[in-house]
Amino acid sequence: MSQLPAKFADWFASNGWQIHPHQQDLLTRSTDPATLLIAPTGGGKTLAGFLPTLTELLEDPADGLHTLYVSPLKALAADIKRNLQTPIAEMDLPIRVEDRTGDTSATQKKRQRADPPHILLTTPESLAVMLSYEDAPRIFASLQRVVVDEIHALAESKRGDQLMLGLSRLQSLAPNMRRVGLSATVEDPPALAQFLARNPDSCDIILADAGPDPDIQVLHTDTPPPWASAGASYSVDDVLRLVKTAKTTLIFINTRAQAELYFRAIWEANDDQLPIALHHGSLSREARDKVEAAMVAGSLRAVVCTGTLDLGIDWGDVDLVIQVGAPKNIKRLVQRIGRSNHRYNAPSRAVIVPANRFEVLEAQAALEAVKDHDLDGEPRPKGPRDVLCQHILIRACAGPFDAEILYGEVIQAGPYHSLTRAEFDACLDFCATGGYALRAYDRWQRLLKNPAGLWQLRDPRATRAIRMNIGTIVDTETLKVKWRGRGGAPLGEIEESFAATLTQGDTFLIGGQVVRYEGLREMTVQVTKGKKAPKIAAFMGTKFATSTLLSTRIIDILNGGDWSKLPAHTRDWLDTQNRISAMPKPGRMMVESYWRDTTAYTCFYGFAGTNAMQTLGLLLTRRMEEAGLNPIGFVATDYAVLIWGLEEVTNPAALLSPDDLRNGLDGWLAGNAVMKRSFRNVATIAGLIEKNLPGKRKTGRQATFSSDILYDTLLKYDPDHLLMQITRDEAMGGLVDFGRIEEMLTRIEGRIDHIKAPHVTPLSAPMLLEVGKVPIKGAAVEKVAAIQAATLMQEAGL
Amino acid sequence: MFLFCAAMHGYSFTLKSTKLTALSSGLLWWADRKLLCVSDLHLGKSERMARRGGSLLPPYENKDTLTRLALAVNAFDPVTVVCLGDSFDDLQALDGLNEDDHATLATLMGGRRWIWIEGNHDAGPVNIGGSHLAEFETGSLTFRHIAKPNETAEISGHYHPKARVKLKTGSMSRPCFLIDENRVILPAFGAYTGGLKSTDPVFAPIIADPALAVLTGSQALPIPMPR
Repeated sequence: MSQLPAKFADWFASNGWQIHPHQQDLLTRSTDPATLLIAPTGGGKTLAGFLPTLTELLEDPADGLHTLYVSPLKALAADIKRNLQTPIAEMDLPIRVEDRTGDTSATQKKRQRADPPHILLTTPESLAVMLSYEDAPRIFASLQRVVVDEIHALAESKRGDQLMLGLSRLQSLAPNMRRVGLSATVEDPPALAQFLARNPDSCDIILADAGPDPDIQVLHTDTPPPWASAGASYSVDDVLRLVKTAKTTLIFINTRAQAELYFRAIWEANDDQLPIALHHGSLSREARDKVEAAMVAGSLRAVVCTGTLDLGIDWGDVDLVIQVGAPKNIKRLVQRIGRSNHRYNAPSRAVIVPANRFEVLEAQAALEAVKDHDLDGEPRPKGPRDVLCQHILIRACAGPFDAEILYGEVIQAGPYHSLTRAEFDACLDFCATGGYALRAYDRWQRLLKNPAGLWQLRDPRATRAIRMNIGTIVDTETLKVKWRGRGGAPLGEIEESFAATLTQGDTFLIGGQVVRYEGLREMTVQVTKGKKAPKIAAFMGTKFATSTLLSTRIIDILNGGDWSKLPAHTRDWLDTQNRISAMPKPGRMMVESYWRDTTAYTCFYGFAGTNAMQTLGLLLTRRMEEAGLNPIGFVATDYAVLIWGLEEVTNPAALLSPDDLRNGLDGWLAGNAVMKRSFRNVATIAGLIEKNLPGKRKTGRQATFSSDILYDTLLKYDPDHLLMQITRDEAMGGLVDFGRIEEMLTRIEGRIDHIKAPHVTPLSAPMLLEVGKVPIKGAAVEKVAAIQAATLMQEAGL
Repeated sequence: MFLFCAAMHGYSFTLKSTKLTALSSGLLWWADRKLLCVSDLHLGKSERMARRGGSLLPPYENKDTLTRLALAVNAFDPVTVVCLGDSFDDLQALDGLNEDDHATLATLMGGRRWIWIEGNHDAGPVNIGGSHLAEFETGSLTFRHIAKPNETAEISGHYHPKARVKLKTGSMSRPCFLIDENRVILPAFGAYTGGLKSTDPVFAPIIADPALAVLTGSQALPIPMPR
């Protein structure tokens, strides 16, 4: 099939459209085993993906599943369903389209299994569930095409790995299946193509016309951004002015907590009562649905949002994107900018609003990078083995399997093409026996080899637990927030660890409102209307690290870059920094030390991104602990790590000795909270511990115990266990990011500029107000704990 | 009412004129009787979960629990050891103990009086020696698994209490003893045990003010019981 059928040509013509070259390209290549389309939003990408399906079905509308569409968002599946109805209805095509997500009713799912539609729209998780059914071979036998939407986003997480394993399985069930990936602009299209295609198939890349360069600026206000704070509330008047110049504005903010604060600040200044809404991942589903519906209806002038609106429904009317806070990563900035002006061939309009003075630099650096078409990105790590463990269990749910055949299937998935048989066998052994050095479960294995040499579940009832646990998104433990009183409306969710710090009367922000904590009832946070200035809800969300490319550009600006483009207040600030201290230099590490009251502060400017700087903080405080410097805590940003303690750091070079840092890593990695967090995710995905399902959550009973205990136990008795290996790998790349520390150490080669400043320095000041301070549970804690306990006892008169 | 004496690794207090020490390891020491008391060992937990088709947890909790118990027993050389119930995760849990675990237990029990109190998980005799009792009374104290609200001079376990204390350095949650005028509730000692926050309403009718939570860990840390 290469020509547009007359019926379609007529339909295009009757709408006054012309087929885009990339839509034609996909049609021409519709028999290729895999194709990757890279197109800006608004380029008719989705229609391009579906045209081959629609034309094939026009020709032969046989019963059975023809095309599977997979997207990262449930909402997107629903939206595509609506959008497909238009051509299908207008051309009177005999095609049935349905969606299947976590929201689909059980009856509907059952019916879909018995009688699948031509086109099924779903998510990676729902696909995994379908593949776990015994009748999966029958459901998918007729499958011809898979369309993976927003594949660039899926490839950034384990959801993509799970999906690619799923596609490999599908390929065995439907050998003729062809794959199409739809992606936004990425830095390395061939890598994404390899991720999508069946190994070793080739995969052509179609690049749609990217359209004109965006019109992008950094907001320079009369009021300078604050020295510290990431709130950017200083900018609300200017941002409101910008909102008034546009039809609809998306205001992107990096974290949920900041989005809450910014939304509140904007409403306090919103004298014209412009309809502006809030959208982020911790709001209740109901609240988010309402905002999305209002957006579609065109009744909003702006939405303050987080990454939750990075993807999804094409709001045709968005003509301005405002990025509040440092963009961190140029690729994502470009993708966000692409959310504006979905009319093809019109430039997108975007404004970057720096939240503090440091971010003025990052914003300027990002703007220059966008203009230079300089995209950043990290190479994708190998397919993670915890996802493979889950895949093996899912495969077992569908029926007995041969290990050799399953291995062959797995290495056809792009992310797993280099997986060795030994690595596969270790995952299989974990699923079957737990994979412990101490063989303990001979009688109670999870998987058994049957007399035919096939692996199967020992207890078929286990399928239920395995299916409940499908998915690779492990949420942080959160609690629902509701108005007090019967039938109180849900407001959203907060971190459990944040809830633990609340006492009655405390106030915090959620959904743009100040609420007062009243108490905990049945694992729900009860609140009433609050008046006091709020505490900030400690939403974790995802913390993105400023990319290497952007960091390098920032250091360049600091050192003789073009300061004329920077506003006067920022130039003044940098001049002050130069006067009191110095500038971080390329190829060197600057370290500042100063006292505040009785606490000694030391700031290390490593510019290695937040995760690596966090790791550096942990490693350095560990070394300080050993050196008797009694560190109390630290905070890391993308640029630096600030450590405070009871004693002064006099010789930072000794602390930064690369060999000692590397040696310290292993010992340290073992016991820290980052590892425990990674372990929890890995153990949940691999099926060792069960996901906390809503409603089934622990209710504070003594029977449940934390995954930290399992981690500590394995560390002590079985440190080389598969899950410990995966945890280490993962932490090294993601949360620990030791790679970037190595890179930094190589860059500085021991060249350290230690500056003893008379007081807090301009560059380090923002860090004192950063959220996410990490306490050091060392000698200092026990000291403080004993003293404080004694004080408590005294106060209580005990 | 309470005698404050921050003994090494322990917090000493008197319960109805009996002098006791809450050890930082989570055990209770009655020095005058050379009696060591431990609660909620939950031996055989991983085996039980696997048997019932659940997760295959790291099978090391028996070793860990018994090693820590042995440390205390060797240090204090008690005449009597009282296990306050839920010593075994269920009555078949003994099957889940390997030879090493059995040997460790036998060594620990050798040459001293060993009392297994029945808990809700192990309500019945377990074939391992020692005395099996529903409750144990000695001196003025009664040892039982679950606290009875109207009783006094009572030592119990069952609830796995834990408490959180806010510190300048962040907040810290630890398994803890709960102590009031009439009773002591011990923290769970088993490796695979969770905790029940001292703020849970279940404690309201059992523990009366003024009450203490003694946090365990590297030191025994007494604080007013968080409600």
